[in-house]
Amino acid sequence: MTIKDPKLRVLPSPILKQQQTSPKVMRDVIYALIPATIAGIWLFGIGAFLVLAGAIAGAILGEYWFSDPNVRIYRLKDASAVLTGLLLGLTLPPALPVWMAFLGGLFAIGIGKIIWGGLGQNNFNPALVGRAFLLATFPTAMTTWHAPTGLATVYKSNLALPFLSGKYDAITAATPLNLMKFQHQGTGFWDLFLGSTAGSIGETSMVLLLLGGIYLVLQRALDWRIPVGILASVAVFTGILWLYDTAMYPDPIFALNSGGLMLGAWYMATDPVTSPMSPRGAWIFAVGVGLLIVLIRIFGGFPEGVMYAILLMNAVTPLVDRVTQPRLFGTPKTSMFTWGKK
Amino acid sequence: MHNLANLFFESFQHGVHPPEHKKHTDTLPTQRMPFLARYILPLNQNLGAPPNPIVKVGDRVLRGQPIAEPAAFFSTTLHSPVTGWIRAIGNRRVAEGGFQSAIEIEADPYATQRLDPQPRPDWRKMSRDELAKEVQRAGIVGLGGAALPAHVKYVLREGVKIRTLIANGAECEPYLTNDHRLMVERPQALLQGIEILQTLLGAEQSIIGVELNKPDAIAELRRHILPDQPIRVEPLRVKYPQGDSKMLIKALLGIEVPPGVRSADLGIIMNNVGTITAIADWFEQGMPYIDRRVTVSGPGVKNSANLLVPLGTPVREVLRFCGGLREDTKEVLVGGPMMGVSIASLDAPIIKISGGILAFTAQEADRPVEYPCIRCGRCVEACPYFLNPSKLARLAKARLFEEMKNVGVGECVECGSCTYVCPSGIPIVQLIRSARADIRRRKG
Repeated sequence: MTIKDPKLRVLPSPILKQQQTSPKVMRDVIYALIPATIAGIWLFGIGAFLVLAGAIAGAILGEYWFSDPNVRIYRLKDASAVLTGLLLGLTLPPALPVWMAFLGGLFAIGIGKIIWGGLGQNNFNPALVGRAFLLATFPTAMTTWHAPTGLATVYKSNLALPFLSGKYDAITAATPLNLMKFQHQGTGFWDLFLGSTAGSIGETSMVLLLLGGIYLVLQRALDWRIPVGILASVAVFTGILWLYDTAMYPDPIFALNSGGLMLGAWYMATDPVTSPMSPRGAWIFAVGVGLLIVLIRIFGGFPEGVMYAILLMNAVTPLVDRVTQPRLFGTPKTSMFTWGKK
Repeated sequence: MHNLANLFFESFQHGVHPPEHKKHTDTLPTQRMPFLARYILPLNQNLGAPPNPIVKVGDRVLRGQPIAEPAAFFSTTLHSPVTGWIRAIGNRRVAEGGFQSAIEIEADPYATQRLDPQPRPDWRKMSRDELAKEVQRAGIVGLGGAALPAHVKYVLREGVKIRTLIANGAECEPYLTNDHRLMVERPQALLQGIEILQTLLGAEQSIIGVELNKPDAIAELRRHILPDQPIRVEPLRVKYPQGDSKMLIKALLGIEVPPGVRSADLGIIMNNVGTITAIADWFEQGMPYIDRRVTVSGPGVKNSANLLVPLGTPVREVLRFCGGLREDTKEVLVGGPMMGVSIASLDAPIIKISGGILAFTAQEADRPVEYPCIRCGRCVEACPYFLNPSKLARLAKARLFEEMKNVGVGECVECGSCTYVCPSGIPIVQLIRSARADIRRRKG
């Protein structure tokens, strides 16, 4: 018996491969968000679904239109556009005109990602870039909130024609953070925890966001240090202020439980592209985000600070990466600020 | 079983833990491969200069007879693995791809192929330099895969005092079990080699580092160590690339060998267990390095095996001895799955450092689709040398080779841990390899 040479392929080692792939990570994050998304639709109604659909459609079309025609189909396969659209949608108010959500998705991908060079090259979280754009462009629409009214709800403003802002229903509501900031009025723990408060579509149900986050940590799809660092630093910094004056400042439980903190800490700050690579860098980044959230929420003009806190820390991520370069094996630790000098 | 215990044992930082796949072969006793008609011995089987042939076409050679002499200090003797005739000296296919100059030997079908016992001078009376000369004469290279002529490590700088001899039995590459079988089957030869080296190098102690997934090897070695011998077996957490010399030193002694420093200058000498056993065989039996232990495994092979194969045996013949390849085999590797090379032709012969032949079907052999780097940092957490592989890959793609040197590409041992963990399927280690080849070409 002789062995015929099979057509052997010559490929570089290693031949072994860990199972995790980038598109799988993206899809895992999407799966982790599904419970919170369904809850958002359940609480705020079909209108919320339309906003989400608009943002996702905008993101997908943005990826398609802005990408190089030769690679656009391949780019869509990595699922990152769907994720960006979904994340953006979850940060939007449920009564937002759908065309604004669509425009936000388009902007998030086009200006937030593609012009930087596509996936992996952007400095800022694309979903938050889209949201910042919408907040700057349509401040009224972006800060008009409603209390949850059930699945059947479609807000009139949802269906506003493009480039019109639409009429708002008379019954608007303030978010827990608004109430806290401007009226010093707290909201009950269980309302916050289960999500029956006014707010963005996806930021109201803390328990579902938390469960999704834990799923991702178990799947090793995200760096646990970032959410843990952010939540811990928010708790600590708010706690210090609260202990200083319990009447003036919110308690840490409220701070952890309200606004976009859970959504931002677990799903946005952890975007690997825009957060530092090394574990040490992740801690610095996380504490920075936490500190900025507390500063903006309590001393800033806005009731909510998660978006700007993350975007600001995104901006310093390259710097953090630079000063937290790992030392070479067998060399002593270098001082943070001398690394790279020859 | 050892997975839980794993957590309680010392190791180095970072690294990865790929599926081990050692169960297929780790209980199979090593079989001697029968002698064939033809052997192909590439001259270049060691790092450094290939040895110069000292035979002519038509010469008769005996098994164990030198056929090429060292051309320089960084070079070793090459011996004939069979009794027979030199049939050709010319270019032949090799595992790394392409052709290299080689000696072709036809075996004498009527010869016994038994090695004439040639007693060596008593090693107890030797100096360290004589040891180095003998090891060079025995044709022994670093059998862990580096192929550095073994004697080079024994020539020390003035005033250097060796304290510790480390026998590297980590065998961290998945699938491979030849060192494992060696430790189980020939513990006395290994301990004999350790005694020779420890005595001649003047080391105070010897440590055999063995990963926990070889409990029988650990037990067998411990059983044979005499109570008064300063040799100990150290079980190690299963982790890749533990067999890398600096990683094993870190795991065993907690010392990080700085870049550009020889471990000998810190009083440590490390050899692979196969290398040490080969040294014992030379001093005890006059047996030069002509038989290689090879693990044949992988889903593409019909019968997995541990074999003792004469150097120069074509991969095709080894596979035939193991029942052939499965129809759907797509890739054959020589070496381990993390650092081995995939071969284009089964004519490539076994050389001194070919520790494994692994065959894979399309299912395992397919490399992942490449996506853009998402800066997840998994490679940074995997790199045992604390490099930033993602950055090196980016620089390599941009051909910024000078910049790569500044961020430590020289320290990379090409273990492939970064590529193993990369979720974007970027062939990071290959980018680094080709960049280095490019740097070398420019210099030369």
